[in-house]
Amino acid sequence: MSDHAAQESQGLQSLVDDWSTDQETFKRVHWGKAMMWIFLLSDTFIFSCFLTSYMTVRSSTTVPWPNPSEVFALTIAGQHIPLILIAIMTFILISSSGTMALAVNYGYRHDRRTTALLMFATALFGVTFVSMQAFEWTKLILEGVRPWQNPWGAPQFGSCFFMITGFHGLHVSIGVIYLTTIAIKVLRGDFERKGNYEVVEIAGLYWHFVDLVWVFIFAFFYLW
Amino acid sequence: MEHETTTTDAHHALAPAGAGHGAAAQGQQHPLGIYFAIWGLLFVLSTFSYLVDYFHFVGFTRWALILTFMWLKAGLIVAVFMHMRWERLALIYAILIPPLLLAVLVSLMSIEADYTFWTRVLFFGLLGGQPSHG
Repeated sequence: MSDHAAQESQGLQSLVDDWSTDQETFKRVHWGKAMMWIFLLSDTFIFSCFLTSYMTVRSSTTVPWPNPSEVFALTIAGQHIPLILIAIMTFILISSSGTMALAVNYGYRHDRRTTALLMFATALFGVTFVSMQAFEWTKLILEGVRPWQNPWGAPQFGSCFFMITGFHGLHVSIGVIYLTTIAIKVLRGDFERKGNYEVVEIAGLYWHFVDLVWVFIFAFFYLW
Repeated sequence: MEHETTTTDAHHALAPAGAGHGAAAQGQQHPLGIYFAIWGLLFVLSTFSYLVDYFHFVGFTRWALILTFMWLKAGLIVAVFMHMRWERLALIYAILIPPLLLAVLVSLMSIEADYTFWTRVLFFGLLGGQPSHG
C-alpha cells in the first residue's frame, strides 16, 4: 500500500490508474463530494434539456420573439434602463457565490462563527434573488404573459420563461434551506465533533452550481 | 479505510510543496486572495456581458462577446469556486467529459429547428405569424 502511494502516478497516467485500480476511483475525495458532483452532472443534463428545447422553439418559430432587453427593462427615477433587473440579480448571485467560497475556506480553519455568518449571508443573498424573481414574475403576469401567450410576440416566450427561471428559482430556494440547515449545524458544533468540514464544501458545490446555471440562463435567455 | 488515509497523509507530508496539494485530508485550503480576485473578475465579466446588450451589439459580434464572457465566467466558477482545478484528473474527466455529449444534442436540435422553420415558411406560408395567401 505504502509502496503504491510512494510511486503515485501523475497526469493522464493517474487518470488511467485511478479508473483501473479496482478500488476507489475518486481517491481522497469525500464520498459526499463525489456524490454531489454526480448529482450536479445529472442536473446539468436537466437544465441543458430546458435550454435546448428553448433554443429549438425560438429558432423554429416564424413569429418574432419578444425583445428581452425591453421586456425586462425598468424605469428607475425617470430613467428607462434596459435589462437592469436581471443585471442586479446577476451581481447578487455572484456575490452569494463569493461569500460561499469564503465560508468553505473558514470552515476548514474551524472558525465556526465566521463560517456560519458567511453562510447566512449567502442564504440572505439567495432570498433577495428569489424575491426579485418573484417581483419579475408578478410584473410579467400583470402585463399579460402566460405560458401560452404574451402581448409582444411568439407565445412560446412565456412557457420557456416560466419553466427555465422557475426551475432555477426552485434550485435557489432549496439551496437557501440547505445552506441554512448546514449553517445551524456549523454553529452548533456538529462538525467540530467529527473534525470534518467537508459538508460545508459540498453545500458550497451545490450553491456554486446554481450560480453557474444562471450564467448560462443570463447568456442564452436574456442576452440572445 | 483508516489505514489508507494514514499512508496518503504520510505521502503528502513527503511530497514537495504544491505537488498533490489538492484533496488532502484537510480538504481544499487556498489563500483567501484568490477568491476575492475571482469574485472581482466575475463582476467585471458580468458588467461586460451587460454592456453588450446596453450598446446594442448585433450579429456575430454580439454572439462572440456573449459566449466568450459566458465561458470565462463558467470556467472561473468551476475551476476556482468549485475547486475543480485542484481535483484529481479521475474526477475532472468524469464530470467534465459527459456534458460535451450535449453538444451533439444541441447541434441535432439546431438542425431540426431550422428544418421546422423552413417547413413552416415554405409549406404553410407562415412568416411573421400570419399566413401569407398568394
